[in-house]
Amino acid sequence: MTPVPLDLTGDPRRHRRERIMKTIFWTSAAVSIVVSGSIVLSLVGRAVAFFTQVDATALFEIGWFPRRGLYDLLTPLAGTLIVALLAMLVAVPLGLGAAIYLAEFARPRVRRWLKPIIEVLAGIPSVVLGFFALTWISPNLVQRVFADAGVFSMLAASIGVGVLVTPLVASVSEDALRSVPNSLREASFGLGARRSTTVRKVVFPAAISGIVASIILGLSRAIGETMVMFMAGGAVGGGLRQFNPINPGTTMTAAIASVATGSDQVAGEGLTFESVFAIGLMLFVVTLGLNWISNRFVRRIRETY
Amino acid sequence: MATGTVDTTTVVRKALEGKRLNVGGLVFEWGMLLLLLSSLLVLVVLLGDIVSGAIPTFRARGFDFVTSGLSLNPETAGVSTAIVGSIAITAVVAVVAFPIGIGAAIYLEEYAPDNRWTRFVDTNIRNLAGVPSIVYGLLGLAIFVRLVDVVGLGGQTGGKNIFSAGLTLAVLVLPIIIITSAEAIRAVPNSIREAGVGVGATPWEVVRHHVLPSAAPGILTGTVLTLARAFGETAPLIVIGVATGFFGAAADATVLERATGPYTALPVVVFSWSRQSVGAFGDTLAPAAIVVLLFVLFVANAGAIILRNRYEKTW
Repeated sequence: MTPVPLDLTGDPRRHRRERIMKTIFWTSAAVSIVVSGSIVLSLVGRAVAFFTQVDATALFEIGWFPRRGLYDLLTPLAGTLIVALLAMLVAVPLGLGAAIYLAEFARPRVRRWLKPIIEVLAGIPSVVLGFFALTWISPNLVQRVFADAGVFSMLAASIGVGVLVTPLVASVSEDALRSVPNSLREASFGLGARRSTTVRKVVFPAAISGIVASIILGLSRAIGETMVMFMAGGAVGGGLRQFNPINPGTTMTAAIASVATGSDQVAGEGLTFESVFAIGLMLFVVTLGLNWISNRFVRRIRETY
Repeated sequence: MATGTVDTTTVVRKALEGKRLNVGGLVFEWGMLLLLLSSLLVLVVLLGDIVSGAIPTFRARGFDFVTSGLSLNPETAGVSTAIVGSIAITAVVAVVAFPIGIGAAIYLEEYAPDNRWTRFVDTNIRNLAGVPSIVYGLLGLAIFVRLVDVVGLGGQTGGKNIFSAGLTLAVLVLPIIIITSAEAIRAVPNSIREAGVGVGATPWEVVRHHVLPSAAPGILTGTVLTLARAFGETAPLIVIGVATGFFGAAADATVLERATGPYTALPVVVFSWSRQSVGAFGDTLAPAAIVVLLFVLFVANAGAIILRNRYEKTW
């Protein structure tokens, strides 16, 4: 018996189309690598140019006045740290409280109403919160409590950034709390523990890695936030090294933005243009590191349950 | 979650707790509620502050504020230039980021083998999503402004126009579009794919005729929400040289000349009016521009939610 000649290879045009489509999709995915590569290259290239050409003493003196050739890196770094930490003092209690209430106490119907409102807060652009920090938080909160605070202060900006970060902390830690299996709660109730005890002694510790992740993620977002600090924090164009939050100060992000909004756009004396990229590189490395740590924590909850 | 429903857990818990009033527990619960409500209070105060600031402008000018262009005179300044700029930028973002984002999501969900390269791409996208927006501004300044100039779209601004702005915001939202689209594609059950493959469809045919139609509502909702985010971005635009002051195009300028000329965007106008020395700009015009901005974002979000509720499939 001779075998029947049967061609199962299919239409070559169909095969070609398959290959083309796959290549298109692969290329789209590879674009993200190109984007990362260009970010790193454009930052590193000019940052290296900055650090090799700058007069080393200009990096540590007086303050951040790029247009006058004074690039004290500690000024924006300290400002960023102060603003981000104060912002977390606002965002962690508000965000965690909201998360705990929504995940553990709220009835489904209440939750259905409250959660979208938190999401609305998350959708408000930072420029709007910057305006709010400048025109409401500064005169009504900061200047009322601290009589000698000016219109622009790091504290007013911090509160604004804190409000901006709150929904992020709330939603990530709510996810963490909700991923704690019900069997743990039931076991606790079975031992006679009350709901509040269960939340504090059982659910919260079980969700701790996710909650820590939400806080680190919030910190990273606070460090990378520009507009609130730029509009309400003062020190536009430059500033002295400043540790008192009721005074105006500058952060890494605001330092970049203020160089860019000068009348001459990003330009100016000597290394001004390059200095912005050096700050940008610092900002990039710090936020990347924090996001990496936060991801490690998130992975830990996934592995446990 | 045992909340709300009367199930065994609740009954057993109630019986074990007894009937004594639990003061500490109540204080804790009410404390958490108080923290939640203070976030809501912030939202209410914020909206109240902005709306009350905006009312004089809308009362005096009405819709005229939305249709008039930029001006140094607070009596006649309006947001139409900014709205046109923002819409043009968002259109560039959509044209660039939508196809690439969906293509990448399809690759990662449907084609990519589970190997180191795929995991690297995946991690990379997640990291990109966390990069501060102002860093994208630096990327745009270093690369896209020049790129736009080199390909001949620089115009009189030397590349500081809506094209470089759109490209910058497109790479800013790209990781978010990829992540949300990948989630929507992942939600399509495997049985659908297997049925397609079972009748002899190739991978692309399965994607084209089965996976994409099923995932489309989720992808579109995610994309609309992401475009709304791009619409509200300010910091990267400031870095890549958006016009923060007054400018005008010649009356006889061609479409290309207008598109490659100076531009501004709605959130940028909010920013620059807030710091004007003329009081009226910061006191009444900036809040009015914010109201317009929030209105656009509200419409986009509502549209996305309607889209999702209308077409979302539950398997």
